[in-house]
Amino acid sequence: MSEGAKQVPLDRAHRAQGGQMVPFAGYSMPLHYGSIRGEHLAVRERAGLFDVSHMGEVNVTGRGALGFLQELVTNDVSRLGPGRALYTVMCRPDGGVVDDLLVYQLEDGYLCVINAARHDVDLDWMRQHLSGHDAEIEDVSAETVLLAVQGPAAKEIVQSLSPGAELESIRYYHHRPGEVGGVESRISRTGYTGEDGFELYARAADADSLWSELLEAGVPHGLVPAGLGARDTLRLEAGFRLYGQDIDEAHDPLSAGLGWVVKPAKGAFLGREALARAALSPPQGFVGLKLGPREIPRHGHPIFQESRRVGEVTSGSFGFTLGAGLAMGYVDPGSSSPGTELRIQLRADPPQWAVAPVVALPFYKRPGS
Amino acid sequence: MPDLSAYRFTTTHEWVKREGEAEALVGITDHAQSQLGDVIFLELPKVGTTLAAGARFGAVESVKAASDLYSPVEGEVVAVNQEVSSAPELVNQDPHGRGWLIRIRVAGDLPAELLDSAAYDSFAQADSH
Repeated sequence: MSEGAKQVPLDRAHRAQGGQMVPFAGYSMPLHYGSIRGEHLAVRERAGLFDVSHMGEVNVTGRGALGFLQELVTNDVSRLGPGRALYTVMCRPDGGVVDDLLVYQLEDGYLCVINAARHDVDLDWMRQHLSGHDAEIEDVSAETVLLAVQGPAAKEIVQSLSPGAELESIRYYHHRPGEVGGVESRISRTGYTGEDGFELYARAADADSLWSELLEAGVPHGLVPAGLGARDTLRLEAGFRLYGQDIDEAHDPLSAGLGWVVKPAKGAFLGREALARAALSPPQGFVGLKLGPREIPRHGHPIFQESRRVGEVTSGSFGFTLGAGLAMGYVDPGSSSPGTELRIQLRADPPQWAVAPVVALPFYKRPGS
Repeated sequence: MPDLSAYRFTTTHEWVKREGEAEALVGITDHAQSQLGDVIFLELPKVGTTLAAGARFGAVESVKAASDLYSPVEGEVVAVNQEVSSAPELVNQDPHGRGWLIRIRVAGDLPAELLDSAAYDSFAQADSH
Protein backbone atom coordinates (compact mmCIF):
# COMPACT_ATOMS: atom_id res chain seq x y z
CA MET A 1 0.00 0.00 0.00
CA SER A 2 1.23 3.49 -0.75
CA GLU A 3 2.49 5.44 2.19
CA GLY A 4 -0.15 7.89 3.26
CA ALA A 5 -2.83 6.53 0.94
CA LYS A 6 -6.27 6.64 2.52
CA GLN A 7 -8.32 3.49 2.81
CA VAL A 8 -11.91 3.13 1.73
CA PRO A 9 -14.21 1.31 4.17
CA LEU A 10 -14.10 -1.84 2.00
CA ASP A 11 -10.30 -1.99 1.84
CA ARG A 12 -10.08 -5.36 3.60
CA ALA A 13 -12.87 -6.81 1.47
CA HIS A 14 -11.01 -5.83 -1.71
CA ARG A 15 -7.80 -7.46 -0.57
CA ALA A 16 -9.71 -10.58 0.47
CA GLN A 17 -11.16 -10.75 -3.07
CA GLY A 18 -7.68 -10.60 -4.58
CA GLY A 19 -7.82 -6.91 -5.42
CA GLN A 20 -4.61 -5.52 -6.89
CA MET A 21 -4.47 -2.26 -4.94
CA VAL A 22 -3.04 0.90 -6.51
CA PRO A 23 -2.93 4.53 -5.43
CA PHE A 24 -5.69 6.64 -6.95
CA ALA A 25 -6.64 10.18 -5.93
CA GLY A 26 -4.99 9.67 -2.57
CA TYR A 27 -6.77 6.38 -1.92
CA SER A 28 -5.70 2.77 -2.15
CA MET A 29 -8.14 1.32 -4.69
CA PRO A 30 -8.52 -1.99 -6.52
CA LEU A 31 -7.26 -1.73 -10.11
CA HIS A 32 -8.60 -5.21 -10.79
CA TYR A 33 -9.24 -8.54 -9.07
CA GLY A 34 -7.41 -10.67 -11.64
CA SER A 35 -8.14 -9.38 -15.11
CA ILE A 36 -9.29 -6.04 -16.48
CA ARG A 37 -10.41 -7.78 -19.67
CA GLY A 38 -12.42 -10.37 -17.72
CA GLU A 39 -14.12 -7.74 -15.57
CA HIS A 40 -14.89 -5.48 -18.55
CA LEU A 41 -16.51 -8.33 -20.50
CA ALA A 42 -18.40 -9.52 -17.40
CA VAL A 43 -20.01 -6.09 -17.03
CA ARG A 44 -21.20 -6.07 -20.65
CA GLU A 45 -22.39 -9.69 -20.58
CA ARG A 46 -23.59 -10.18 -16.99
CA ALA A 47 -22.76 -7.74 -14.17
CA GLY A 48 -19.93 -6.15 -12.27
CA LEU A 49 -19.77 -4.66 -8.77
CA PHE A 50 -17.64 -1.53 -8.34
CA ASP A 51 -16.67 0.22 -5.13
CA VAL A 52 -16.40 3.92 -5.92
CA SER A 53 -16.52 5.10 -2.32
CA HIS A 54 -13.52 7.31 -2.93
CA MET A 55 -15.85 9.78 -4.63
CA GLY A 56 -17.17 12.72 -2.65
CA GLU A 57 -20.71 13.44 -1.50
CA VAL A 58 -21.78 16.93 -0.44
CA ASN A 59 -25.24 17.77 0.90
CA VAL A 60 -26.65 21.22 0.06
CA THR A 61 -29.57 22.44 2.16
CA GLY A 62 -31.43 25.61 3.03
CA ARG A 63 -33.93 27.89 1.37
CA GLY A 64 -31.25 29.23 -0.94
CA ALA A 65 -29.89 25.81 -1.96
CA LEU A 66 -31.38 25.94 -5.46
CA GLY A 67 -30.14 29.48 -6.04
CA PHE A 68 -26.66 28.51 -4.87
CA LEU A 69 -26.51 25.45 -7.14
CA GLN A 70 -27.87 27.42 -10.11
CA GLU A 71 -24.96 29.86 -9.74
CA LEU A 72 -22.45 27.07 -9.29
CA VAL A 73 -23.28 24.69 -12.15
CA THR A 74 -24.00 25.11 -15.85
CA ASN A 75 -27.03 22.81 -16.09
CA ASP A 76 -30.52 23.82 -15.00
CA VAL A 77 -31.10 22.39 -11.52
CA SER A 78 -34.64 23.83 -11.40
CA ARG A 79 -35.72 21.18 -13.92
CA LEU A 80 -35.19 18.46 -11.34
CA GLY A 81 -37.78 17.45 -8.81
CA PRO A 82 -37.41 15.13 -5.85
CA GLY A 83 -36.22 11.77 -7.18
CA ARG A 84 -34.31 13.10 -10.18
CA ALA A 85 -30.64 13.72 -10.87
CA LEU A 86 -28.61 15.46 -13.56
CA TYR A 87 -25.06 15.48 -14.89
CA THR A 88 -23.34 18.85 -15.09
CA VAL A 89 -20.06 20.69 -14.83
CA MET A 90 -19.11 23.65 -12.72
CA CYS A 91 -16.95 26.28 -14.36
CA ARG A 92 -14.62 29.09 -13.47
CA PRO A 93 -15.54 32.56 -14.69
CA ASP A 94 -13.15 32.00 -17.63
CA GLY A 95 -15.14 28.90 -18.65
CA GLY A 96 -12.57 26.32 -17.50
CA VAL A 97 -14.08 23.23 -15.87
CA VAL A 98 -13.59 22.89 -12.12
CA ASP A 99 -15.21 19.42 -12.04
CA ASP A 100 -17.98 17.33 -13.51
CA LEU A 101 -20.57 16.05 -11.05
CA LEU A 102 -24.01 14.63 -10.49
CA VAL A 103 -26.60 16.75 -8.70
CA TYR A 104 -29.47 14.89 -7.03
CA GLN A 105 -32.63 16.54 -5.77
CA LEU A 106 -33.55 14.73 -2.57
CA GLU A 107 -36.75 14.77 -0.60
CA ASP A 108 -35.21 17.66 1.32
CA GLY A 109 -32.23 19.46 -0.20
CA TYR A 110 -29.66 18.33 -2.78
CA LEU A 111 -26.72 15.96 -3.04
CA CYS A 112 -23.65 16.70 -5.17
CA VAL A 113 -21.40 13.77 -6.13
CA ILE A 114 -17.90 14.89 -7.07
CA ASN A 115 -14.67 13.30 -8.25
CA ALA A 116 -12.28 12.01 -5.59
CA ALA A 117 -9.32 13.77 -7.17
CA ARG A 118 -11.14 17.11 -6.97
CA HIS A 119 -12.61 16.69 -3.50
CA ASP A 120 -10.65 19.42 -1.72
CA VAL A 121 -10.68 21.82 -4.68
CA ASP A 122 -14.44 21.43 -5.10
CA LEU A 123 -15.22 21.96 -1.42
CA ASP A 124 -13.10 25.12 -1.38
CA TRP A 125 -14.78 26.32 -4.55
CA MET A 126 -18.26 25.68 -3.18
CA ARG A 127 -17.47 27.39 0.12
CA GLN A 128 -16.04 30.38 -1.70
CA HIS A 129 -19.27 30.91 -3.57
CA LEU A 130 -21.68 30.20 -0.72
CA SER A 131 -21.80 33.72 0.66
CA GLY A 132 -24.91 35.61 -0.29
CA HIS A 133 -26.92 32.40 -0.44
CA ASP A 134 -29.13 31.18 2.40
CA ALA A 135 -27.70 27.66 2.14
CA GLU A 136 -25.42 25.23 3.94
CA ILE A 137 -23.08 22.60 2.56
CA GLU A 138 -22.07 19.48 4.42
CA ASP A 139 -19.31 17.13 3.30
CA VAL A 140 -20.61 13.61 4.00
CA SER A 141 -17.98 11.76 1.94
CA ALA A 142 -16.33 10.01 4.87
CA GLU A 143 -19.63 8.59 6.12
CA THR A 144 -20.85 7.45 2.69
CA VAL A 145 -20.02 4.46 0.54
CA LEU A 146 -21.00 4.19 -3.11
CA LEU A 147 -21.33 0.81 -4.80
CA ALA A 148 -22.22 0.46 -8.46
CA VAL A 149 -23.87 -2.66 -9.88
CA GLN A 150 -23.61 -2.47 -13.66
CA GLY A 151 -24.63 -4.80 -16.48
CA PRO A 152 -27.67 -6.52 -18.00
CA ALA A 153 -28.16 -8.59 -14.82
CA ALA A 154 -27.79 -5.62 -12.46
CA LYS A 155 -31.47 -4.93 -12.05
CA GLU A 156 -32.33 -8.55 -11.23
CA ILE A 157 -29.53 -8.71 -8.70
CA VAL A 158 -30.49 -5.52 -6.85
CA GLN A 159 -34.20 -6.40 -7.13
CA SER A 160 -33.60 -9.74 -5.44
CA LEU A 161 -32.31 -7.81 -2.42
CA SER A 162 -35.16 -5.28 -2.46
CA PRO A 163 -38.36 -7.31 -2.53
CA GLY A 164 -40.50 -4.37 -1.48
CA ALA A 165 -39.25 -1.98 -4.15
CA GLU A 166 -40.22 -2.08 -7.79
CA LEU A 167 -36.94 -1.14 -9.39
CA GLU A 168 -38.10 -1.06 -12.99
CA SER A 169 -40.08 2.05 -12.11
CA ILE A 170 -36.85 3.91 -11.29
CA ARG A 171 -36.02 5.39 -14.68
CA TYR A 172 -32.58 6.43 -15.86
CA TYR A 173 -31.25 9.36 -13.81
CA HIS A 174 -33.96 8.84 -11.21
CA HIS A 175 -33.44 7.67 -7.65
CA ARG A 176 -35.18 6.85 -4.42
CA PRO A 177 -34.40 5.68 -0.91
CA GLY A 178 -34.87 2.00 -0.25
CA GLU A 179 -33.48 -1.06 1.48
CA VAL A 180 -31.03 -3.29 -0.31
CA GLY A 181 -30.18 -6.49 1.54
CA GLY A 182 -31.61 -4.86 4.65
CA VAL A 183 -29.22 -1.89 4.24
CA GLU A 184 -30.72 1.60 3.99
CA SER A 185 -29.59 3.02 0.66
CA ARG A 186 -30.31 5.58 -1.99
CA ILE A 187 -30.94 3.59 -5.14
CA SER A 188 -29.92 5.56 -8.22
CA ARG A 189 -30.34 4.42 -11.80
CA THR A 190 -27.06 5.87 -12.98
CA GLY A 191 -23.63 4.60 -13.91
CA TYR A 192 -20.38 5.14 -15.74
CA THR A 193 -20.16 2.02 -17.91
CA GLY A 194 -22.74 2.40 -20.68
CA GLU A 195 -24.74 -0.54 -19.32
CA ASP A 196 -27.97 -0.55 -17.31
CA GLY A 197 -27.34 -0.49 -13.60
CA PHE A 198 -27.70 1.08 -10.22
CA GLU A 199 -25.49 3.12 -7.97
CA LEU A 200 -26.18 2.59 -4.28
CA TYR A 201 -25.33 5.21 -1.68
CA ALA A 202 -25.18 3.84 1.86
CA ARG A 203 -23.65 4.54 5.24
CA ALA A 204 -20.00 3.60 5.58
CA ALA A 205 -20.87 1.51 8.65
CA ASP A 206 -23.03 -0.73 6.42
CA ALA A 207 -20.39 -1.14 3.70
CA ASP A 208 -19.27 -4.71 4.41
CA SER A 209 -22.84 -5.88 4.78
CA LEU A 210 -24.03 -4.34 1.51
CA TRP A 211 -20.94 -5.51 -0.41
CA SER A 212 -21.27 -9.14 0.68
CA GLU A 213 -25.06 -9.17 0.18
CA LEU A 214 -24.58 -7.98 -3.39
CA LEU A 215 -21.82 -10.48 -4.14
CA GLU A 216 -23.90 -13.33 -2.80
CA ALA A 217 -27.06 -12.26 -4.61
CA GLY A 218 -24.97 -11.94 -7.75
CA VAL A 219 -23.60 -15.50 -7.74
CA PRO A 220 -26.40 -17.07 -9.84
CA HIS A 221 -26.07 -14.16 -12.29
CA GLY A 222 -22.33 -14.31 -12.74
CA LEU A 223 -21.63 -11.02 -10.94
CA VAL A 224 -17.94 -10.29 -10.39
CA PRO A 225 -16.20 -7.54 -8.46
CA ALA A 226 -14.71 -5.06 -10.94
CA GLY A 227 -11.96 -2.51 -10.43
CA LEU A 228 -10.84 0.86 -11.72
CA GLY A 229 -9.11 -0.65 -14.74
CA ALA A 230 -12.35 -2.03 -16.16
CA ARG A 231 -14.18 1.11 -15.09
CA ASP A 232 -11.84 3.07 -17.36
CA THR A 233 -12.07 0.81 -20.42
CA LEU A 234 -15.86 0.62 -20.08
CA ARG A 235 -16.38 4.38 -19.76
CA LEU A 236 -14.06 5.00 -22.71
CA GLU A 237 -16.15 2.72 -24.94
CA ALA A 238 -19.21 4.64 -23.73
CA GLY A 239 -17.60 7.99 -24.56
CA PHE A 240 -17.76 9.32 -21.00
CA ARG A 241 -15.26 12.05 -20.14
CA LEU A 242 -12.88 11.63 -17.23
CA TYR A 243 -11.93 14.72 -15.24
CA GLY A 244 -8.19 15.23 -15.26
CA GLN A 245 -7.85 13.53 -18.65
CA ASP A 246 -10.58 14.81 -20.97
CA ILE A 247 -11.78 17.80 -19.00
CA ASP A 248 -9.89 20.23 -16.81
CA GLU A 249 -9.55 23.89 -16.00
CA ALA A 250 -7.77 24.55 -19.29
CA HIS A 251 -10.78 23.51 -21.37
CA ASP A 252 -14.35 24.77 -21.55
CA PRO A 253 -17.26 22.30 -21.68
CA LEU A 254 -18.26 23.31 -25.21
CA SER A 255 -14.84 22.36 -26.57
CA ALA A 256 -15.26 19.07 -24.68
CA GLY A 257 -18.50 18.34 -26.52
CA LEU A 258 -20.54 18.87 -23.36
CA GLY A 259 -22.59 21.80 -24.62
CA TRP A 260 -25.70 19.84 -23.74
CA VAL A 261 -25.10 20.45 -20.01
CA VAL A 262 -24.77 24.20 -20.49
CA LYS A 263 -28.12 26.00 -20.19
CA PRO A 264 -27.57 29.77 -20.45
CA ALA A 265 -31.33 30.39 -20.66
CA LYS A 266 -31.69 29.43 -16.98
CA GLY A 267 -30.02 32.66 -15.83
CA ALA A 268 -26.65 33.73 -14.46
CA PHE A 269 -24.03 31.16 -13.51
CA LEU A 270 -20.26 31.07 -13.10
CA GLY A 271 -18.69 31.10 -16.56
CA ARG A 272 -21.85 32.02 -18.46
CA GLU A 273 -20.35 34.97 -20.34
CA ALA A 274 -17.16 33.11 -21.25
CA LEU A 275 -19.19 30.14 -22.49
CA ALA A 276 -21.43 32.41 -24.57
CA ARG A 277 -18.29 33.68 -26.32
CA ALA A 278 -16.98 30.13 -26.72
CA ALA A 279 -20.31 29.08 -28.23
CA LEU A 280 -19.82 31.58 -31.05
CA SER A 281 -16.34 30.30 -31.82
CA PRO A 282 -15.35 27.14 -29.96
CA PRO A 283 -11.58 27.05 -29.52
CA GLN A 284 -11.46 23.27 -30.06
CA GLY A 285 -13.47 20.23 -31.01
CA PHE A 286 -13.63 16.91 -29.16
CA VAL A 287 -13.28 13.75 -31.21
CA GLY A 288 -13.49 10.01 -30.95
CA LEU A 289 -11.07 7.88 -32.95
CA LYS A 290 -11.43 4.13 -33.37
CA LEU A 291 -8.15 2.44 -34.27
CA GLY A 292 -7.25 -1.11 -35.19
CA PRO A 293 -7.01 -4.15 -32.92
CA ARG A 294 -3.24 -3.77 -32.67
CA GLU A 295 -3.05 -0.01 -32.15
CA ILE A 296 -3.34 1.38 -28.64
CA PRO A 297 -3.40 5.16 -28.30
CA ARG A 298 -2.49 6.76 -25.01
CA HIS A 299 -2.89 10.09 -23.23
CA GLY A 300 -0.59 12.69 -24.80
CA HIS A 301 -0.16 11.06 -28.21
CA PRO A 302 -0.15 13.83 -30.87
CA ILE A 303 -2.91 13.93 -33.50
CA PHE A 304 -2.16 15.09 -37.04
CA GLN A 305 -4.21 15.86 -40.12
CA GLU A 306 -1.84 15.04 -42.96
CA SER A 307 1.35 16.84 -41.99
CA ARG A 308 -0.21 19.37 -39.62
CA ARG A 309 -0.44 18.73 -35.88
CA VAL A 310 -4.03 19.48 -34.91
CA GLY A 311 -4.39 18.14 -31.39
CA GLU A 312 -3.68 15.37 -28.91
CA VAL A 313 -5.15 12.32 -27.26
CA THR A 314 -6.64 12.89 -23.80
CA SER A 315 -8.05 9.40 -23.18
CA GLY A 316 -6.51 6.40 -24.92
CA SER A 317 -6.84 2.70 -24.22
CA PHE A 318 -8.25 -0.55 -25.58
CA GLY A 319 -11.94 -1.32 -25.83
CA PHE A 320 -12.29 -5.02 -24.97
CA THR A 321 -15.85 -5.23 -26.29
CA LEU A 322 -15.06 -3.48 -29.55
CA GLY A 323 -11.65 -5.14 -29.93
CA ALA A 324 -10.06 -1.86 -30.96
CA GLY A 325 -7.78 0.85 -29.67
CA LEU A 326 -9.89 3.89 -28.77
CA ALA A 327 -8.95 7.54 -28.38
CA MET A 328 -10.74 10.70 -27.39
CA GLY A 329 -9.09 14.08 -27.61
CA TYR A 330 -9.11 17.72 -28.59
CA VAL A 331 -8.39 18.90 -32.13
CA ASP A 332 -8.71 22.13 -34.10
CA PRO A 333 -12.41 22.78 -34.77
CA GLY A 334 -11.84 22.42 -38.50
CA SER A 335 -10.55 18.87 -38.03
CA SER A 336 -13.34 17.60 -35.80
CA SER A 337 -16.16 16.54 -38.14
CA PRO A 338 -17.01 12.83 -38.23
CA GLY A 339 -15.29 11.24 -41.21
CA THR A 340 -12.23 13.51 -41.11
CA GLU A 341 -9.17 11.29 -41.52
CA LEU A 342 -6.62 11.89 -38.77
CA ARG A 343 -3.32 10.26 -37.79
CA ILE A 344 -2.16 9.48 -34.26
CA GLN A 345 1.53 9.15 -33.51
CA LEU A 346 1.73 6.10 -31.28
CA ARG A 347 5.48 6.03 -31.05
CA ALA A 348 8.21 8.55 -31.79
CA ASP A 349 11.24 6.30 -32.06
CA PRO A 350 10.85 4.38 -34.30
CA PRO A 351 7.85 6.37 -35.60
CA GLN A 352 4.60 4.45 -35.57
CA TRP A 353 1.35 5.94 -36.81
CA ALA A 354 -2.30 4.92 -36.72
CA VAL A 355 -4.74 6.31 -39.23
CA ALA A 356 -8.38 6.66 -38.24
CA PRO A 357 -11.44 8.69 -39.22
CA VAL A 358 -13.21 10.81 -36.60
CA VAL A 359 -16.27 8.92 -35.36
CA ALA A 360 -19.28 10.18 -33.43
CA LEU A 361 -19.29 9.27 -29.76
CA PRO A 362 -20.11 6.98 -28.07
CA PHE A 363 -18.08 4.18 -29.56
CA TYR A 364 -20.37 1.63 -27.91
CA LYS A 365 -24.11 1.74 -27.32
CA ARG A 366 -25.74 -1.07 -25.40
CA PRO A 367 -28.28 -3.07 -27.42
CA GLY A 368 -31.78 -1.68 -27.21
CA SER A 369 -30.74 1.80 -26.08
CA MET B 1 3.33 -22.48 -10.18
CA PRO B 2 5.06 -24.99 -12.47
CA ASP B 3 8.50 -26.47 -11.71
CA LEU B 4 10.89 -23.78 -12.90
CA SER B 5 14.15 -25.59 -12.17
CA ALA B 6 14.81 -26.09 -15.89
CA TYR B 7 14.11 -22.42 -16.69
CA ARG B 8 16.63 -19.62 -16.93
CA PHE B 9 15.85 -15.94 -16.72
CA THR B 10 17.03 -12.55 -17.95
CA THR B 11 17.08 -9.27 -16.09
CA THR B 12 14.61 -8.03 -18.71
CA HIS B 13 12.05 -10.58 -17.50
CA GLU B 14 12.16 -13.20 -20.22
CA TRP B 15 12.62 -16.91 -19.55
CA VAL B 16 14.23 -19.60 -21.68
CA LYS B 17 13.86 -23.38 -21.38
CA ARG B 18 15.75 -25.98 -23.36
CA GLU B 19 13.65 -28.37 -25.39
CA GLY B 20 15.71 -31.36 -26.41
CA GLU B 21 19.26 -31.03 -27.78
CA ALA B 22 19.02 -28.08 -30.05
CA GLU B 23 15.95 -25.99 -29.29
CA ALA B 24 14.60 -23.73 -26.58
CA LEU B 25 11.30 -21.99 -25.78
CA VAL B 26 11.19 -18.33 -24.79
CA GLY B 27 8.49 -16.37 -23.00
CA ILE B 28 7.94 -13.66 -20.40
CA THR B 29 7.86 -14.30 -16.67
CA ASP B 30 4.97 -14.31 -14.25
CA HIS B 31 6.43 -11.16 -12.69
CA ALA B 32 6.42 -9.47 -16.10
CA GLN B 33 2.83 -10.40 -16.94
CA SER B 34 1.70 -9.24 -13.52
CA GLN B 35 3.42 -5.87 -13.96
CA LEU B 36 2.04 -5.45 -17.48
CA GLY B 37 -1.54 -6.38 -16.75
CA ASP B 38 -3.85 -7.77 -19.41
CA VAL B 39 -1.90 -8.45 -22.60
CA ILE B 40 -3.75 -7.10 -25.62
CA PHE B 41 -1.42 -8.11 -28.43
CA LEU B 42 2.10 -9.24 -29.19
CA GLU B 43 4.49 -8.30 -31.95
CA LEU B 44 6.54 -11.42 -32.67
CA PRO B 45 9.24 -12.20 -35.28
CA LYS B 46 8.86 -14.29 -38.40
CA VAL B 47 10.06 -17.89 -38.53
CA GLY B 48 13.59 -17.89 -39.90
CA THR B 49 14.66 -14.69 -38.13
CA THR B 50 18.15 -14.85 -36.63
CA LEU B 51 18.53 -13.37 -33.20
CA ALA B 52 21.60 -12.36 -31.22
CA ALA B 53 21.55 -12.80 -27.45
CA GLY B 54 20.06 -9.63 -25.99
CA ALA B 55 18.52 -8.51 -29.29
CA ARG B 56 15.02 -7.07 -29.38
CA PHE B 57 12.73 -9.69 -30.92
CA GLY B 58 9.35 -8.06 -30.51
CA ALA B 59 6.99 -6.29 -28.13
CA VAL B 60 4.08 -6.95 -25.81
CA GLU B 61 1.35 -4.38 -25.43
CA SER B 62 -1.01 -4.23 -22.47
CA VAL B 63 -3.64 -1.82 -21.17
CA LYS B 64 -0.90 -0.24 -19.10
CA ALA B 65 2.12 -0.02 -21.43
CA ALA B 66 4.11 -1.35 -24.35
CA SER B 67 7.22 -3.33 -23.51
CA ASP B 68 10.02 -4.60 -25.75
CA LEU B 69 11.08 -8.24 -25.71
CA TYR B 70 14.75 -9.29 -25.70
CA SER B 71 16.10 -12.68 -26.68
CA PRO B 72 17.90 -14.55 -23.90
CA VAL B 73 19.89 -16.59 -26.41
CA GLU B 74 21.42 -16.53 -29.85
CA GLY B 75 19.65 -18.61 -32.46
CA GLU B 76 17.11 -18.90 -35.24
CA VAL B 77 13.37 -18.64 -34.73
CA VAL B 78 11.81 -21.97 -35.78
CA ALA B 79 8.29 -21.46 -34.43
CA VAL B 80 6.02 -18.68 -33.18
CA ASN B 81 3.12 -19.42 -30.80
CA GLN B 82 -0.01 -18.88 -32.90
CA GLU B 83 -2.31 -19.46 -29.91
CA VAL B 84 -1.20 -16.27 -28.17
CA SER B 85 -2.01 -14.21 -31.23
CA SER B 86 -5.68 -15.08 -31.00
CA ALA B 87 -5.72 -15.44 -27.21
CA PRO B 88 -3.16 -13.04 -25.75
CA GLU B 89 -4.62 -13.60 -22.28
CA LEU B 90 -2.74 -16.93 -22.26
CA VAL B 91 0.39 -14.93 -21.54
CA ASN B 92 -1.25 -13.67 -18.34
CA GLN B 93 -2.86 -16.98 -17.41
CA ASP B 94 0.03 -19.37 -18.12
CA PRO B 95 3.19 -17.35 -18.84
CA HIS B 96 5.58 -20.27 -18.35
CA GLY B 97 3.51 -22.84 -20.23
CA ARG B 98 0.88 -22.22 -22.92
CA GLY B 99 1.91 -18.55 -23.02
CA TRP B 100 5.33 -19.34 -24.59
CA LEU B 101 6.20 -16.91 -27.37
CA ILE B 102 8.91 -18.30 -29.68
CA ARG B 103 10.90 -21.47 -30.20
CA ILE B 104 14.54 -20.97 -31.10
CA ARG B 105 17.16 -23.32 -32.55
CA VAL B 106 20.18 -22.76 -30.33
CA ALA B 107 23.79 -23.72 -30.82
CA GLY B 108 25.79 -24.64 -27.74
CA ASP B 109 25.08 -23.79 -24.11
CA LEU B 110 22.78 -21.15 -22.71
CA PRO B 111 24.66 -17.97 -21.74
CA ALA B 112 26.20 -18.28 -18.28
CA GLU B 113 24.87 -14.94 -17.07
CA LEU B 114 21.24 -16.10 -17.19
CA LEU B 115 19.68 -16.34 -13.74
CA ASP B 116 18.18 -19.43 -12.18
CA SER B 117 14.71 -19.31 -10.64
CA ALA B 118 15.84 -18.31 -7.15
CA ALA B 119 18.18 -15.59 -8.38
CA TYR B 120 15.51 -14.24 -10.70
CA ASP B 121 12.94 -14.12 -7.89
CA SER B 122 15.32 -12.02 -5.76
CA PHE B 123 16.00 -9.76 -8.71
CA ALA B 124 12.30 -9.37 -9.56
CA GLN B 125 11.36 -8.53 -5.98
CA ALA B 126 13.96 -5.77 -5.86
CA ASP B 127 12.85 -4.47 -9.25
CA SER B 128 9.56 -2.76 -8.45
CA HIS B 129 7.76 -0.32 -10.76
